[in-house]
Amino acid sequence: MAQITLNINEQDHTVQVNEDVPLLWVIREHLQLTGTKFGCGISQCGACTVHVDGQPMRSCQLQVSRVVGRKITTIEGIAEDHPVKQAWIDIQVPQCGYCQSGQIMSAVALVEKNSNPSEEEIIQAMDGNLCRCGTYTRIKTAIRQAAQEVRNS
Amino acid sequence: MKSNINRREFLGRTGLTLAVVAAPSGLVILALNKADDSSDAFSPTVWYTLAPDGRVTVMVSKVEMGQGTHTALAMIVAEELEVDWNLVQTEQSPVRPEFYDPPRKSGMVTAGSGSIRGMYEHLRKAGAAGREMLVQAAAKKWSVAASECEAIQSQVHHRSSGRSLSYGELVEEASQLPVPEEPRLKEKSEFRLLRTSVQRLDLPDKINGKAKFGIDTFIPGMVYGAIARPPAYGAKMRSYDEAAAKSVPGVHEVVEIDRGIAVCADTLDAAWKGRKALNTQWGQGVRPDLNTENMEQELTSLLDTPGVSARQDGDVTAALEQADKRLEVEYFLPYLSHANMEPMNCTVDVGEDRCDIWSPTQAQTRVLEAVQEITGLETDQIHVHPTYLGCGLGRRAQTDYDREATQMSKAVGRPVKLIWSREEDVQYGLFRPANSHRIAGALDAQGRVTAWSHKVAAGSFFTFPNNPDIDVAAVSGLRDLQYQVPNVSVDYMKPDLPIPVTFWRSVGNSHNGFTVEGFMDELAHAAGQDPVEFRLQHLEHAPRTRRVLELAAEKAAWGQPLQGAQARGVAVFAAFGSYVAQVAEVSVDEKTGKVKVHRIVCALDCGPYVNSDTVAAQVMGAVTMGLSATFKEQIEFADGGVQSANFFDYNLLRMSEAVDVETHIVDSDDSIGGVGEPGLPPTAPAVANGVFAATGARIRRLPMTPERVLEALKKS
Repeated sequence: MAQITLNINEQDHTVQVNEDVPLLWVIREHLQLTGTKFGCGISQCGACTVHVDGQPMRSCQLQVSRVVGRKITTIEGIAEDHPVKQAWIDIQVPQCGYCQSGQIMSAVALVEKNSNPSEEEIIQAMDGNLCRCGTYTRIKTAIRQAAQEVRNS
Repeated sequence: MKSNINRREFLGRTGLTLAVVAAPSGLVILALNKADDSSDAFSPTVWYTLAPDGRVTVMVSKVEMGQGTHTALAMIVAEELEVDWNLVQTEQSPVRPEFYDPPRKSGMVTAGSGSIRGMYEHLRKAGAAGREMLVQAAAKKWSVAASECEAIQSQVHHRSSGRSLSYGELVEEASQLPVPEEPRLKEKSEFRLLRTSVQRLDLPDKINGKAKFGIDTFIPGMVYGAIARPPAYGAKMRSYDEAAAKSVPGVHEVVEIDRGIAVCADTLDAAWKGRKALNTQWGQGVRPDLNTENMEQELTSLLDTPGVSARQDGDVTAALEQADKRLEVEYFLPYLSHANMEPMNCTVDVGEDRCDIWSPTQAQTRVLEAVQEITGLETDQIHVHPTYLGCGLGRRAQTDYDREATQMSKAVGRPVKLIWSREEDVQYGLFRPANSHRIAGALDAQGRVTAWSHKVAAGSFFTFPNNPDIDVAAVSGLRDLQYQVPNVSVDYMKPDLPIPVTFWRSVGNSHNGFTVEGFMDELAHAAGQDPVEFRLQHLEHAPRTRRVLELAAEKAAWGQPLQGAQARGVAVFAAFGSYVAQVAEVSVDEKTGKVKVHRIVCALDCGPYVNSDTVAAQVMGAVTMGLSATFKEQIEFADGGVQSANFFDYNLLRMSEAVDVETHIVDSDDSIGGVGEPGLPPTAPAVANGVFAATGARIRRLPMTPERVLEALKKS
């Protein structure tokens, strides 16, 4: 066990954990930030996507010791009025909602880097995020709307 | 609670019976269901509360798994209550008899595309009764006739004087009034909410990480559970190393439960490490040789056996002999996993005289019964807390994971949170059964189908009460074949396989939509007729099926030229009381065997519907899941158990393969149908029929992998 300090959503959190524990479980179990979800444990579904220094990463395979000193953002750290979240409501994207935190984190990273993504670029950014409810086409529409909002702002 | 009404006068009558009490929280509309009138206290069904501040809380007895039912149920109440939608919120109802599903009140379950169908009239009456009482209350206050007053958006207005009172101001007065037994329901023309598009109430929490799914349950003092399970069906445990598991830091207990060896620990990571350290050794399974190939052979060889007759109309044998043309083909579809994004999980706190269980379940009362069976507690000592579900799809109508967590909590004497890994979720699933079909059809010289013989072999989980030898799901859509054919036989063969099976979105229709609509397309081709025209000729008796087929064909410009090598395929299927037709526009790369679906046009008749945007979303979701099954999904078996393990070898459709779905809802006043499932069955056959139209290759197996398409192309 080690004492580890993590910067999550612009706050420092100190936890006692094994250094090899995936970041996902520290976020969920120790900090009870449950918006970040467990789906597969092997980076195949994207439900656990968080940002590490602004980059989307799968927290289920990211050892907690590797993100010490880095800036971690979870779904709870994305502003309510972020264009992506707004578009998700406008387009009524979520159904069960379980994968949507990960979808939103991937989408936020995309539009913040590229506010005019092509269809191919959207798919490239989002193809690692599974949705069993089948909300993909609405996600694409919402990303286009959010990107336009980012461009206009 | 006290009531001023004579409850007896409402008892024993059909339809909704209502009573009202003044509670501290405001006006409560109650439905009386108890035949027992001896007690002073009601045992009521409380569908909504109107608070003095005007807020309405609708109690939703169905669980939310993405289908939008919480919002839709609230819309039904709000419409008839004529309340301002901005004042409406929902609350998941407790699992208590007063909330059991009408009309039979035998339990609570969210399945079978049945939530709106089951609750629509019931909640409309409940809402309308409240509206009439509020109008009556205002009329009384003003000493005018109720007929001079009207309810508009949480206010009652007196037309001639222009006076008005808010609902909140009328709570006390209204609660003194008797409840109308047959309140007037609104005309369709009066609807403000029903059949419109309304933003869902659950989505704000679902975009900010606040929505609580089963896996998000935290109870003070809880431990995390993990279970070592047999790798092959029926394999018995030989040994495990309890000391090694307990030496893992954070591991507390190791206990044997029905389905394996359970480890309880401070963290999930420790529980999983402890499970690994157990190094559990297992014996052979009950069918150690079972694999994907011999499973299929076993199912298909059953088609040569007589089976059990599920339908026998006319003389199929004679009609086939006298046919102008006959066709005999075989279809095969695999076992499928539900692959809910939220893996199975459950949190349970079993105490001496109380048990609380938090479960993402579709079957609240089955959970209650499971806990009762394991703990021996009385039902009123068991508190089932349904959470949001990260999809359900039928898998969560099973209680296997609830039972495991309950056994663990009982054994260790503290709260346990059990989370399955994705591998457990895939390998210990109960699957959509694989199914093998031999179908023969006869055409007369005019191109009419004169005989349809359908043999189906598939695992069984759901039999007819009067015929336990026939699986309902296996023969759904066959026993009630939608086409008018004079000679029909349906025979069912039950395999002896250890693979557990259950409901999967659209159940047996998920495969019989494919086999019936694939074969109908084959018959149309054999008859030299247009697939839409040919179907319509056999649907003279089925106006709703005809209507959706005609609508989809029209909207998809059926018969008009398409770009390049694209072609259209069509399928129509009725299920869960609804009627759905789809036209798929596809093209095929004949070098690689890759199929591209460009667009799917869908027409749906579900009778009265609630939220048009949710209907479109459900159709889109069902089509997407149908496409996933069309192209990707198949459970593989090896060495007597499941070989598939995670999303790298149980593939789901991804965004790159998603298809735009254009949905047209029929404005229908016919009987109400379900929405969650009926969109799925026509998708695979519409695509496969499109592949045939594009290439002449007939696909009779799913998933439709490029290899299988190439194989079919060679045969064409």
